[in-house]
Amino acid sequence: MTLSFLAALINLDKPGVFLHWGVIQISLANVIVIGLMVAVFLLAIFIPFDRKSRRR
Amino acid sequence: MSETTILQRRFNPDRDARPWQGGSRPYDLIKEVTICFLVVTVLVVGLAFLFGSPDDKAISIQTWATANQIDFAQTSISELNGTSGTATYGPPYNNFVGSSQSLGPISLESWIGVHIPVNPAQDFVLGPLSTVANAPNVTRALDVFNAATPSQQLAWETNYATAVSHASSVNGHLVVPRGAYGPIGVMIGQLTAMAKSGALDSAMVDQSGFYGTNYTKSLLYIADSTYFAAQGTAHHLSGDQWGMMNETGNFPGQAWLWLYTFWYQVPPFSTSANADIQVSALMGLLSLLLLLVPFIPGLRSIPRWTRVYRFIWKDYYRSQG
Amino acid sequence: MSTTKDQTVLDQEEAELARQWTGRIRRLLVDALPPDKLLPDRQPSYLSSWIYIFGALTIGGLALVILTGTVLALEGPQWWHVSSIGLFVNSMHLWSVEFFFFFMVIHLWGKFFMAAWRGNRQLTWMTGVVTFFFSIGAGFTGYVSQTNFDSQWIATQAKDGINATGAGAFVNALNFGQMLMWHIVLLPAAVVALTGLHILMVRHKGIVTPIEVNGTEVPHQGTQSESDPS
Ligand code: HEM
Repeated sequence: MTLSFLAALINLDKPGVFLHWGVIQISLANVIVIGLMVAVFLLAIFIPFDRKSRRR
Repeated sequence: MSETTILQRRFNPDRDARPWQGGSRPYDLIKEVTICFLVVTVLVVGLAFLFGSPDDKAISIQTWATANQIDFAQTSISELNGTSGTATYGPPYNNFVGSSQSLGPISLESWIGVHIPVNPAQDFVLGPLSTVANAPNVTRALDVFNAATPSQQLAWETNYATAVSHASSVNGHLVVPRGAYGPIGVMIGQLTAMAKSGALDSAMVDQSGFYGTNYTKSLLYIADSTYFAAQGTAHHLSGDQWGMMNETGNFPGQAWLWLYTFWYQVPPFSTSANADIQVSALMGLLSLLLLLVPFIPGLRSIPRWTRVYRFIWKDYYRSQG
Repeated sequence: MSTTKDQTVLDQEEAELARQWTGRIRRLLVDALPPDKLLPDRQPSYLSSWIYIFGALTIGGLALVILTGTVLALEGPQWWHVSSIGLFVNSMHLWSVEFFFFFMVIHLWGKFFMAAWRGNRQLTWMTGVVTFFFSIGAGFTGYVSQTNFDSQWIATQAKDGINATGAGAFVNALNFGQMLMWHIVLLPAAVVALTGLHILMVRHKGIVTPIEVNGTEVPHQGTQSESDPS
């Protein structure tokens, strides 16, 4: 059965993009994932959780 | 000994936590977990729609020999004359001495010994050829080879290895320059034909019976080729390309292996013949440190020194004035 | 038809119940995790940060990994190469693994910077770390079970590392049948069991209180030999 609507909208199956920086070689995809992890961690720490519970 | 007493001990801010005397408020854990599950589901379905997942076809012996029969013939003679990667691997596959890794005097690899016996000459070349029926020239070549003395066999193998390094493909046929290699030309020629037809793939899996699920031998054979190594390097998957954390295409890979693959890129590991066991040992040690952080003075103080916790509990510290 | 037992029989039963294995284990469990500790409806007021939801997000990721993995397992290892639904389920499996690790690592960072092992929570931290390592093993065996080029490559590369430690004699990355068993039975069972233990420990201890830099003495329950003057 072919359900074409299930096919990926963006085709990532192309030759990978890699960043080189001295000894470091990393795929763009992994950089994005790791960068997002750091960003989400920082957001989780800095965004106020619950305005109501703040004491005045 | 097990009598429980109430003791006073110095409060250590990196080890102790005071029991909570302050207030509480309603908090719905089950709702939290449910919402989290739904959020993850939406994210996952979204990315599955957007990006899908990679699926580069597996490489069979047939694919390999069809794409590059010269490489196949060259790899096969190295299996027969015992110079291939698998033939010179040592434990756990065979008794070849000198290639096992060690950490100082300790070589777990060679102490454990042979547990998954692989004899490339027999398993990859002679065995599959002996299954060929209705080909008198092949049977004859095998008989001649088997009847010869080891030194004669070695001479033929060496001569063929030299000749095949100048081989070419003519109209899809493997053409090896003439030489004094006795029956080996027929043997490797037949093996190459078997490989290209797919018969070698089934001959090698057949060894494990009707329900074969063990591809150890075929994979070792394929991995000895230059063709396979080139595919890995082209996909940026090789060990010296931080390949361990990469995925084919533009997909994120096992990014959590960054530290493991990092060590392979830097000295002394990048030039060491024992890199695998050295990096394993180092990672084992670092893993133990992570496990034991709560007990290690200094390490367990980092949270207090970095003061990141001031942001996490900002409401609490603000209320404390 | 009520027969009144006489007092000595009742006393004997009472004594027997006090010694009973079943009863003892039940009292132990109920003491460790009474219902309002197991599923509390209130939390201490210092719990006020988004960092606390990453444990629950990790549970969500794990649940989706297991659900999608179950479908892939039921359809068999070749299905997703030939069916577009199969490929989609495989994509969900891959991305749920990426999210599982994404959230787990943020959770780990958060717990580290909160020094969440304080107050006898060392075992909670340690089960977390062990779960992390087992998850890496589960991820690895999954990559090796893809039955495509990626799995062939990873298996042939990883064998050297595994063989060098001597473990290769028993853990053979090139043996597809063995890797699939690790991936769909043994390691998921371990990860799920460890996660369960981890969460029960969190509930048993309650969420750790904020770091107090200038604390004084704390009453410490324990035996003389357990106390550690460091
Ligand atoms: C399958 C992976 C994991 C799951 C599903 C999980 C789940 C959870 C949940 C639901 C909580 C309570 C809520 C929260 O604070 O987020 C928690 C607490 C905790 N987790 Fe995890 N966790 C996992 C892995 C880890 C790892 C890798 C670590 C650290 C190395 C870790 C360390 C802790 C600690 C120390 C606590 C106690 C927090 C406190 O008392 O305040 N966990 N975990």
